[in-house]
Amino acid sequence: MKIHEYQAKSILSKFNVKIPKGRVAETPEEVRKIAEEIGKPVVIKAQIHAGGRGKAGGIKVAKTPEEAEKIGKEMIGMTLVTYQTGPEGKVVRKVLVEEALEVEKELYLGIVLDRVKECPVIMASPEGGVEIEKVAEEHPELIFKEWVDPTVGFLPYQARKLAFSLGLKEKAFQECVSFILGLWKAFHSTDASLAEINPLVLTKDQQVLALDAKINFDDNALFRHPEIKEMRDIYEEDPLEVEASKYDLNYIKLDGNVGCMVNGAGLAMATMDIIKHSGGMPANFLDVGGGANEERVRNAFKILIADKSVKAVLINIFGGIVRCDMVAQGVVNAAKEVGVSLPIVVRLEGTNVEAAREILLNSNLNLYVAKTMKEAAEKAVELASKN
Amino acid sequence: MAILIDKNTRVVVQGFTGKEGTFHSQQMIEYGTKIVAGVTPGKGGTTHLGIPVYNTVEEAVSKEGANASIIFVPAPFAPDAICEAVDAGIKVIVCITEGVPALDMVNVKKFVVSRGARLIGPNCPGVISPGKCKMGIMPGHIHKPGTIGIVSRSGTLTYEAVDQLTKLGFGQSTAVGIGGDPIVGSTFVDILKLFNEDPETEAVVLIGEIGGSAEEEAAEYIKKEFKKPVFSFIAGQTAPPGRRMGHAGAIISGGKGTAEEKMRALSSAGVHVVKSPAEIGLKVKEVLGR
Repeated sequence: MKIHEYQAKSILSKFNVKIPKGRVAETPEEVRKIAEEIGKPVVIKAQIHAGGRGKAGGIKVAKTPEEAEKIGKEMIGMTLVTYQTGPEGKVVRKVLVEEALEVEKELYLGIVLDRVKECPVIMASPEGGVEIEKVAEEHPELIFKEWVDPTVGFLPYQARKLAFSLGLKEKAFQECVSFILGLWKAFHSTDASLAEINPLVLTKDQQVLALDAKINFDDNALFRHPEIKEMRDIYEEDPLEVEASKYDLNYIKLDGNVGCMVNGAGLAMATMDIIKHSGGMPANFLDVGGGANEERVRNAFKILIADKSVKAVLINIFGGIVRCDMVAQGVVNAAKEVGVSLPIVVRLEGTNVEAAREILLNSNLNLYVAKTMKEAAEKAVELASKN
Repeated sequence: MAILIDKNTRVVVQGFTGKEGTFHSQQMIEYGTKIVAGVTPGKGGTTHLGIPVYNTVEEAVSKEGANASIIFVPAPFAPDAICEAVDAGIKVIVCITEGVPALDMVNVKKFVVSRGARLIGPNCPGVISPGKCKMGIMPGHIHKPGTIGIVSRSGTLTYEAVDQLTKLGFGQSTAVGIGGDPIVGSTFVDILKLFNEDPETEAVVLIGEIGGSAEEEAAEYIKKEFKKPVFSFIAGQTAPPGRRMGHAGAIISGGKGTAEEKMRALSSAGVHVVKSPAEIGLKVKEVLGR
């Protein structure tokens, strides 16, 4: 799960990680009020779940409260298009108003799960403010890493090593060590999957603060963090994906025109792949789960065809233990209930597959029953291009 | 032979009396798996499906000689269940449960490895040595005994591959679903090592997907040490970056973990990589020439 910068910073401050003074605002008047309270130049930052805001005009400096209000007026409600939002962009609903800092140096600090070493890794780099992937490619020697052994946890000497590697001294060094330890605590206590401070800044008066903050969370651990679950912003998600999540369905909208419904994530990805190999493009990823039952199939079906770009539907269910006749009945009921006119290609495999084919063929629906994945994909692509 | 489990495997089911545990235990028993005990804390002393239920795994081991465990308990309690099995001396543990927090797995994996146990999963379909033992939720009937080893991060896609193989006359020595999470008990390399030493396994089908670098590590190992033909399909060639494709571990992040990279690494290690999931069985037939 992703959250906004202002939410990430509020979590960090709970763990005594230093952040600039400021608050989130939803109206230009609030922006002005916060700027007045701060009493010096402020930075106004658009709150969307995407990077590249600065270049797209989503981060601006205001010298006076009046100017802040004016910028707030422009920014709140605008559609921001960055390299991460896609061409449709994202609507700015909130802005973060913060004191402008006098920055001496921009650094980088990040924590992720290292899947190879199977433990969290804390990374620091004196090259902050740019994409860390770029630094990793061009100057890998400028990224310093410390891995966390779960037996003893992250230790202060590791934080010191990282702070030294950033070239910090005296007060700034001490501040940085506490910062790193605080960030680790925040990451670990909230079951984060990523905590990235880019840039981490050293100010002219030798303070170390998080100028930006990005935290993602492990969806699997949200059950024990209800307060974080509440930070979800559904405006940042595709409406169909929000609808699907209500039914516990894994749905991701894509750009093609062959809608697919599959049981199991791996098979769902493989079905997308075979659609492409057959010359088409998948309209979505949709996993109805290993144990697809009638109700799940019905809900999935509704979401699938709510996407207007879908021209044909491909249903690929490897039932296995799940009874195919039950899935077939679910498909038929859903199609009749929703009143779908799109061509549907169904491929079922598993227990009672013959009975399932009977149900599908006798349904009087615009159905095509395929025996293999390949046949199903080719047929669906053909029907989508004709429709 | 087979790897991990065979006719002598004595299985204890953790989360035995729950809905999932009950259904899949019945299926496993029908397949011929020797389920010797179940564990549900508080229900010790009763029987379920005609099998004794114990309060602890330790009792299942000492009283029934269980030497493998399959876990169906809900995600918040799965790490505890895995560690209990390890502590009871169980050496093969299969965790079916989906949704275990990644940071919990960091600790659990370390514990499992330190005690010399082997964990398969979590978030996996389990393990089957066709005709001998099924510890998992896969449909038994699509499998048949044979010489192809299978290792996969997926569930239903593995069934698809098995089905293709069986229909073309290729049986399986053992099929292992290692799971779709970022941290899993056993990696591709761990399982490939077992297949390398198994005289009954003639060739291996490796089914990977986007995210992480387990396939690249497998490619490196195959290049250096693996003696048998390997076939591979990588799911997610059309997956968008930055999106989690169902499995917690299936995500392309920072441009890393793409299907293309993985396919390239495997090809350069001499693996027969197919682009279409419909060609897995056909490729095996073409190369092994039967």
